[in-house]
Amino acid sequence: MSEAPRLLFVEGLNKSYGGVHAVRNVSFSVAPGEILALIGPNGAGKTTCFNMLNGQTPADSGRVVLRGQDISGKQPREVWRLGVGRTFQITATYASMTVRENVQVALISFQSKLYSMLNATQRFASDEADRLLGLVGMEGYAARPCGELAYGDLKRLELALALANDPKLLLMDEPTAGMAPRERVELMRMTAQIAREKEIGVLFTEHDMDVVFEHADRIIVLNRGSIISEGSPDQVRNDPQVKAVYLGDGLVFGQHAEAHA
Amino acid sequence: MGFYFVQFLTGLASASALFLVASGLSIIFGVTRIVNFAHGAFYMLGAYIAFTLTERLSGAFGFWGGILIAALAVAVIGVIVEMLLLRRIYSSPELFQLLATFGLTLMVEDLVVLIWGPDDLLGRRAPGFRGAVEMFGQNVPSYDLFMIVLGPVVLGILWLLFHRTRWGILVRAATQDRDMVAALGVNQKWLFTSVFGAGVFLAALGGALQIPRDAVHHALDLRIIVEVFVVVVIGGLGSITGAFVAAVLVAELNAFGILILPKVSIVLVFLVMAVVLIVRPYGLFGKPEAVARKTPGLSVRPWAPFTRNERIACLVGVALAALLPLVAGNYALTVGAEIAIFVIFAASLHFLMSVGGLASFGHAAYFGLGAYGVAFLAKLAGLPMILCLALGPLLGLAGAAIFGFFAVQLSGVYFAMLTLAFAQIVWSIAFQWVPVTGGDNGILGIWPEQWAAGPARFYWLSLGIAVAVVSILRIIVFSPFGYALRGTRDSLLRSESIGIDAKRIQWTAFVIAGTAAGIGGSLFAYLKGSVFPDNIGIGLSVDALVMVLLGGVETVSGAVIGAIVFKALSIWLVSQTDWSKLILGGVIVLIVVAFPKGIVGMIETWRHSWRARSDAPSAKPAGLAASQPEGAE
Amino acid sequence: MKLEAKLEVSGLNSFYGQAHILYDVALGVGAGEVVALLGRNGAGKSTTFRSIVGLVAQREGQILFEGQEVAREPTYAIVRKGLGYVPEERRIFTDLTVEENLEVGRQPRRDNAAYWTTEKLFTLFPNLGEMRNRPGGRMSGGEQQMLTIARTLMGNPSLVLLDEPSEGLSPKIVEQMANAILTMKKEGVSILLSEQNLHFARLISDRAYIMERGRIRFSGTMAELEARPDVRDQYLAV
Repeated sequence: MSEAPRLLFVEGLNKSYGGVHAVRNVSFSVAPGEILALIGPNGAGKTTCFNMLNGQTPADSGRVVLRGQDISGKQPREVWRLGVGRTFQITATYASMTVRENVQVALISFQSKLYSMLNATQRFASDEADRLLGLVGMEGYAARPCGELAYGDLKRLELALALANDPKLLLMDEPTAGMAPRERVELMRMTAQIAREKEIGVLFTEHDMDVVFEHADRIIVLNRGSIISEGSPDQVRNDPQVKAVYLGDGLVFGQHAEAHA
Repeated sequence: MGFYFVQFLTGLASASALFLVASGLSIIFGVTRIVNFAHGAFYMLGAYIAFTLTERLSGAFGFWGGILIAALAVAVIGVIVEMLLLRRIYSSPELFQLLATFGLTLMVEDLVVLIWGPDDLLGRRAPGFRGAVEMFGQNVPSYDLFMIVLGPVVLGILWLLFHRTRWGILVRAATQDRDMVAALGVNQKWLFTSVFGAGVFLAALGGALQIPRDAVHHALDLRIIVEVFVVVVIGGLGSITGAFVAAVLVAELNAFGILILPKVSIVLVFLVMAVVLIVRPYGLFGKPEAVARKTPGLSVRPWAPFTRNERIACLVGVALAALLPLVAGNYALTVGAEIAIFVIFAASLHFLMSVGGLASFGHAAYFGLGAYGVAFLAKLAGLPMILCLALGPLLGLAGAAIFGFFAVQLSGVYFAMLTLAFAQIVWSIAFQWVPVTGGDNGILGIWPEQWAAGPARFYWLSLGIAVAVVSILRIIVFSPFGYALRGTRDSLLRSESIGIDAKRIQWTAFVIAGTAAGIGGSLFAYLKGSVFPDNIGIGLSVDALVMVLLGGVETVSGAVIGAIVFKALSIWLVSQTDWSKLILGGVIVLIVVAFPKGIVGMIETWRHSWRARSDAPSAKPAGLAASQPEGAE
Repeated sequence: MKLEAKLEVSGLNSFYGQAHILYDVALGVGAGEVVALLGRNGAGKSTTFRSIVGLVAQREGQILFEGQEVAREPTYAIVRKGLGYVPEERRIFTDLTVEENLEVGRQPRRDNAAYWTTEKLFTLFPNLGEMRNRPGGRMSGGEQQMLTIARTLMGNPSLVLLDEPSEGLSPKIVEQMANAILTMKKEGVSILLSEQNLHFARLISDRAYIMERGRIRFSGTMAELEARPDVRDQYLAV
């Protein structure tokens, strides 16, 4: 199968847990610079999909191909070294370190200096760390203890960590959960800008439909482990099946246009 | 054939007692998250009190009543301990609670000797179960049959209790999320107290029921606690069924191990535990531990290298220590050397525990291997001292490399127990491989050469090596490797997703810590002029834990102070009183209550709040002040 | 306040260690009211809730529940008086079945509050009725969220604190949640909920408070908030 312009190519992913088919024959692809949203009800299999893409969960069957290389069955750290950055639904950062030190650890890993024991970390790539923090608008936070950060700032720090290896693909699991509307827009605009500039493909899950319809180039809808709809935001929004299982009748999230007026 | 069957029955009978104690430990751990080291002490108290009561009370009613009253009395003691001591430290780090219950154990050990004397006590036979039943031409004590029935009965009662009563459902809920239980209107305090009481009751009942089978003595606690830890870990923490299956497994291994492999019988159980943990990291019936809920707002002050002033203060401290031979006598210098050696030992464990988040319960293995390494090189190969000191620790390194590889596959309590198992294996080899290690008699006559002989010279040597080891460990803490290691402790998930091979990093740290401990052990062999299996024993591993926790596990180098205070105090106490364990245990308990962050942790908090107050006008955020680059070593 | 006051909080200050989190928070909930506490993440909404139910150790101020001072009482005692609390994360007991989860929340009947039985809750949340013996860990996120609310209702509370009930739920489940809250209101349960989703809050609330950096910045009816785009812009970053 030829997959020339594709950055990521996923084919026939399956995963069962104790008889429950969590992900069923899922196939899709991501192009460089494309922002693709993966949406669906709680328990539809979005996070499982993510975990299979970066190797955290082994797939029962199927292939994941990154830039022509089959990465199925690789460990998360190997997948990262091939250029996949990830942020988590529940943020995972180093609480005992400062913000800058968090990024420095990612850079230490990227530059393969993990076993350097006699140098001081303080001076290690601190300029590069500050540049990455600047990219996500966190220059002023570098010396703050990570444990003191507000939730939205932790999310931005995660993005900086995910960018430390110069990734080709970003996996973002509910990147804006728990943020205020304007912060959400801000974070997604920042992500989109970085993605377009560096031709990074972005795959994200999200429950805030305002964010999804505003920022995604393309949307995939999962329900009970299977893809039930795929297409542009407008196509998906008007898909009756998507309305039935996920969007509802728009009582709560119908005011999308007004929210950004 | 008949003989083996009877042996099997004996195993089953022991399994019942083991199960009673283990289920109690498991329930307590599940709800309160306290690894109750004092569980063995409660078991022993149950046996002693039951002994006294069954001697005083006559008849069948007196005997069985005495057993029950003894278990209830100990449960009451447990409840008092929970209310007076444990309630104050539930929010302390998990290991600190272990330290408190360890302190209690020490106190109980001396107390039972004070009350009942040091001799073994032989209890009454159980009325109605004095005889034996013939099976396959062999006599089986009928009391054993009674015990065999009792185990499954207790298992059944516990199952009903946990699934059919409101109390049981609350306990299971609290096992998972205690704060949420309180937020639903349940009085958590009394739930904890009742659970602790119930667990202690089971332990004491197990002890009381043993008196017709076994002599009562004051070392019962350590013997049972290690076995019970093994049972609980093999079965899976928090699983009552698991505890039952594992109790049977362990008891049968003991019963048949003696017959089949008398040489390595002690190792067998630990070997099985190691295998179980490697194949099933959470025990036979256990589930992965839920990720601990972080208390919100509990902001951690990031570690920072010493400032100029702090480094000067350290240099002054070392210089003062180096001047000690000018004022102190020979005895004080020998003590000083011993303290310096234990500073090395404690610092090595501290590196693994506080930077790597890996609490080893068997760190003495690598200390002891270092000591035996020197003994082999000096006595068998006849190498010069300087070479022995340089090469001896390599045995510690080799041990750490082999065992560490398996140990780092686990985490938390399971890691702790696997390291304990490995240490027991090493100890058993030293104890039982007599032709090479001398067994219990050890290896004698390892004396320093001229250049290091004499208390003052040896003190300087020990001090110098201690300063070097502690400094190197500190440099590593602030190196890229140290940060990567700390990262694996903070978030395994994040580490793996930024390309860090967490297990390899932790393994490397284990080897570093084991080598450093080996250096301490090598010096120790020269200090004492001999090595014994005790240099690998559980007691020594526990001492190291106490030193680290006393100093403060959340600090960078707290173990140094912890080692000095603990070692000086215990040496002094042993010289001053016969009841040193009672006093030392009491001091440990007091310190746990008064300094929940350890000595150094407490000092840091004071300094921090003092500085924050004096900085108040400029309103400088504390975090900023702490992480200003000051230039590193 | 015109209504009989269920909850009156005044001068509430809370601390985590040396960090001062809440500053003189004052708010109230009348009987039968649904009140929204709005604000961005980190504004102090969860801390306010945790302080009210006594889960924050360091707090000062007055907390009157049904006219009674509860600020010095432990969490379980406050909850037993009829003040239910549903925390932000779902925190169901995953090893326990649906029925056992409900059992943990059960408290005796109260005179001044609606009385909930498992059967009545299963009519409010039909999904749960179909999985009585299923362990909590094998339920979807939406079902778990329903269970946390049902579990708290088992305590027959007259006031419920709901921390971010719509967070992380799909739009359709959010609608079900809104309906459940309105039913609770009909049963006479007063509700204080924290939200970031203004649309959701609008659907169900009578009044709103807005928090920012640990302080109450706005208080008024939903209609008054509608008329203040400046307030919404400044504090909610809408």
